[in-house]
Amino acid sequence: MSEGPAHIVVQDLTMAYGDVVIQRDLNFEVKRGDIFIVMGGSGCGKSTLLRHLIGLQAPAGGRILYGATDFWASPEPVRQDLMRRMGILYQGGALWSSMTLAENVALPLREYTRLDRQRIGEMVALKLALVGLAGFEDYYPAEISGGMRKRAGLARAMALDPEILFFDEPSAGLDPISAKRLDDLILEINDSLGTTVIVVTHELASIFSIGSGAVFLDAEAKTMIARGDPKQLAASSRDDRIVRFLTRDHTFHV
Amino acid sequence: MTDHFTPAQFHLHRSDETAAEIRFAGDWRVQADIPPFQSLVDALEAFKPAGVGFDTRALESWDSAYLAFLLTLRQHCRSANIAFKTEGLPEGARRMLELAMGVPERQGARRHRGYAGWLERVGDHTVAVLAEARSVLTFTGEIVAAAGRLVTGRARFPWRDFGFMVQDCGARALPIVSLISVLVGLILAFVGAVQLRMFGAQIYVANLVGLGMAREMGAMMAAVIMAGRTGAAFAAQLGTMQVNEEIDALVTMGISPIEFLVLPRILALVLMMPLLCLYADLMGIAGGFIVGTGMLDLPFRQYWVQTQHAVALNHFTVGLVKSAVFGVLVAMAGCLRGMQCGRSAMAVGGAATRAVVTGIVAIVVADAIITVICNIIGV
Repeated sequence: MSEGPAHIVVQDLTMAYGDVVIQRDLNFEVKRGDIFIVMGGSGCGKSTLLRHLIGLQAPAGGRILYGATDFWASPEPVRQDLMRRMGILYQGGALWSSMTLAENVALPLREYTRLDRQRIGEMVALKLALVGLAGFEDYYPAEISGGMRKRAGLARAMALDPEILFFDEPSAGLDPISAKRLDDLILEINDSLGTTVIVVTHELASIFSIGSGAVFLDAEAKTMIARGDPKQLAASSRDDRIVRFLTRDHTFHV
Repeated sequence: MTDHFTPAQFHLHRSDETAAEIRFAGDWRVQADIPPFQSLVDALEAFKPAGVGFDTRALESWDSAYLAFLLTLRQHCRSANIAFKTEGLPEGARRMLELAMGVPERQGARRHRGYAGWLERVGDHTVAVLAEARSVLTFTGEIVAAAGRLVTGRARFPWRDFGFMVQDCGARALPIVSLISVLVGLILAFVGAVQLRMFGAQIYVANLVGLGMAREMGAMMAAVIMAGRTGAAFAAQLGTMQVNEEIDALVTMGISPIEFLVLPRILALVLMMPLLCLYADLMGIAGGFIVGTGMLDLPFRQYWVQTQHAVALNHFTVGLVKSAVFGVLVAMAGCLRGMQCGRSAMAVGGAATRAVVTGIVAIVVADAIITVICNIIGV
């Protein structure tokens, strides 16, 4: 893990839907400028953890701290302000289907900045160019491919220069080359802009190539069973569940 | 974030005979005021350098507002044939800029929104009307074909769903149909009472309400209610399925969406509409009865007998035939708009709206036609 002050701290977090506990006693921290991976098998609560981190679902117990601020104990305006500093790439892109790509990216800029039309146009052109979609401003989400939709979703997530970027299964539904490009883009944004990145994924290639820290959730144990650098986990873990996951049941080698 | 920004500034200097250097200073951030790009263009026009370099030692901080400025400059330099030397830029900014320039704009991707002339628009509308007529005919044909397969027992028909649809189009619509029909009966009676009382002919309110409900208003009001209630729901259901590619999934499984989704909806509404119409007729007559006995002081039995004499069975039959036709039209309008729906949230809303509009227009037009036919054949 890179050195630096903690950006996000999760303390004793318990997540539940009604009486059904999904995960309990989660403890980890994400350093500023990290690329942090949330991994685990299907149905272990990765996406639920993401929903807690981005403020869509309140925890059943425990705390989530952004810097020194306790997110869920803060009043609504403080939470809103924190949420505005996050960018989220949803699994299917979650673009607003009745708006063009340019309007999708421009909406947060129009709502939260005082930029004029022309400047917003320049910002939109930059964001779309960064994700390789220059010239697609006037397309509607239904008119472009799934991979392009995902990249457009990233352009929208980056619209307000977020301090933290969340990715929900970024490589799901992408071909290996597009997935690799998206990983490179994540690395580049993280490196150039110093953005903290949190990725929910179970793609081994992504986990090893971009992750600098990770937490491993297990559905059976209903808690995390490992945390740390994924490469070191793969090399030194003695827990059979982790070794099997990170080596794809002994068929994948770093 | 309460930040105090050093003002963002740039200065253009001549660094040698042919090259210029841009010195950036201050905070170049989204929340800060960035000088307009045009001022830099004006300065470059005055200088006419062969290349530009950068000095960013006085640059305090930057974010993508700075990158957007650089990208615009980069594109300006390319079109004005000015060399763009990235060496002086901050490391991160340079890499992001390379990334932004890395994927060249796909040729032909950009769209030009032109203003169409009136002739072109008239042409577009004409073509659209023809295409619409064609799709309505195709849709009708598909439904008839599917109905044929259903009758011969070769269709995949979801009987379970059909039950729910019948329940939704029938029993669940009773409260709203009751309310509207009683009120329509009341209104008819009121309008008639004011006029007929002048001649001492208040008893004919019974004829007016009875005939009006049985021949016209019962079928019409039930159909309008169902267009707003069920037609819109059909369009929204099928439209959402279109957005989620559920209809594509049916097609690829070899299940005809017309048989599986459209036919049960049309059948459910066609079966329930005459029943609702009959119910609306009775509720409307009850509404007229309230006015007749309450306001006009007509005796209960007299009103009853007068209604019996005025309204023969064939009047009810006309209303029931109309309502069955309206049922087909409302259900078809809803399903057609739903199947035509585009793949966005707005398209679903549009489909529901258009379903209601199409349904009501079709009801009124069909009503006029049937009334003329009844007049000719003397029913």
